[in-house]
Amino acid sequence: MGSDPRTLASSRVAIPALTDRNTPFWTGGANGELLIAHCQTCGWWLHPPLPVCRRCRGRDIRPEAVSGLGTVWSFTVNRYQWSPGLTPPYVIAEVELAEQNGLRLLTSIVDTDEVSIGLQVRVQFEAAGDAWVPVFRPVSGQP
Amino acid sequence: MKPESAAVISGVGASQIGRRLHRDPLDLTAVAALAAIADAGLTADDIDGVSTYPGALWSTPGITGAGVDDVRELLGLNLRWHTGGGELPGQLGSIVNAVLAVATGLATHVLCFRTVWESTAQELAGSRGALVAQSGRELLQWSKPYGSGYPTYGALAMARYLFETGATREQIAQLAVVSRANAAGNPDAVYRTPMTVDDYLGSRMISDPLCMFDCDVPVDGSVAVIVSRADASNVDSRAIRIESMASASGVDQCSEMLWSRTDLGPADVKLAEIYDGFTIYAIRWLEGLGLTPPGGTGEFIEGGKRISLDGELPISTGGGQLSAGRLHGYGALLEACIQLRGGGGARQVPGNPGVAVVSSGAEMFTSCLLLTR
Repeated sequence: MGSDPRTLASSRVAIPALTDRNTPFWTGGANGELLIAHCQTCGWWLHPPLPVCRRCRGRDIRPEAVSGLGTVWSFTVNRYQWSPGLTPPYVIAEVELAEQNGLRLLTSIVDTDEVSIGLQVRVQFEAAGDAWVPVFRPVSGQP
Repeated sequence: MKPESAAVISGVGASQIGRRLHRDPLDLTAVAALAAIADAGLTADDIDGVSTYPGALWSTPGITGAGVDDVRELLGLNLRWHTGGGELPGQLGSIVNAVLAVATGLATHVLCFRTVWESTAQELAGSRGALVAQSGRELLQWSKPYGSGYPTYGALAMARYLFETGATREQIAQLAVVSRANAAGNPDAVYRTPMTVDDYLGSRMISDPLCMFDCDVPVDGSVAVIVSRADASNVDSRAIRIESMASASGVDQCSEMLWSRTDLGPADVKLAEIYDGFTIYAIRWLEGLGLTPPGGTGEFIEGGKRISLDGELPISTGGGQLSAGRLHGYGALLEACIQLRGGGGARQVPGNPGVAVVSSGAEMFTSCLLLTR
């Protein structure tokens, strides 16, 4: 994995400062969990996390673990060096989580050279300072 | 009476436009503003309002070359009203604001302007990445760790569009090729050498499937227009009428709002100066505005003929942002006004086009205008 130019593990930069609102997302990986904000009133998932549910306007929002399964909605191979610590080319993808239509994360796809739209993926985490950055890899056993 | 009927565009002006001019952005702004004021038959003493996007205060470095207060000071204006800001509904939101100010009587002649200085600012910062890194938008925290940049979003949208519609890069190429062909007739465009579909396909990948020619060109320059009260004494037959304007969030919502405020429809549009920061944004606007079939733009533009100057739907007649430079919506507005006045010279759309649509922005920051003369 370390030699794959599309993985980012060793040198990720720009990990955001941890706040009350973003800490579950960026640190849930310590326990192997992808924590997404979940409305306790109507069941809507929210990403990025917000203190109000945009569907029912309920304010009881809590981070909860999702299955970690998703589908590649779109992806691109970035070829421009946006920051000193990230060497292109690397894949940036939008992954739609299995829990809800339209619940999408911007993320990386790792451990493969064969990314395609519709690819089934599963979350894994890369340690970066105090954070655990969620990235996705193909679910094994796909054609 | 709708506010659009109470206002006109009475004058337009532009500065030198080019790559890395290393010219004082206030000087560029002054040239454009004074040209627009003179074109409107006014003097600076007549200007009582200023409207801009995004303004100088708290904006990303280099994104703007001058703000409201810079221009007030620069031209010695006595202002009754002014506005600017990065959260306007797209760049043309500054025109919407000016129309509202005029229609409500807060101002009579509003100087609207956009000065871009990104080309030189990038060079001074060291790179595009270094400039972008200075942006502080909190939302970026969710994408920055993955190494995203501005083209990431265009690339993801384009990849999904190609997947969903079956459109090809060869088809999309026509947006760049036709824009370049039009730029050849515009002496103020930055890239005027003709290009082919093969040039497009062979160009450097930025973020697959988005290549260099899918991206607009950062430039330095300033464009100004004067929005005047329709019954002001300077308004003559050269004035551009605002048939409809829209400020709704999102391309589809904004387009729907535009058509809800007029009896005209997409079939009446004689030229489209649509926002083309990336080619996929142009496609979104074409489809949102009902000018091309949903998901069918690839097929519609294939071969390029239908969107050429003598086609059924001329677009980006001055070269657009892809070839004339990123004047951030104001280039499109300027070009629409030039065409409606019949002043396009070698790039003039034939047959005296009387209705032009202009759009600006992407994602949820959007605005558009339907102009007539």
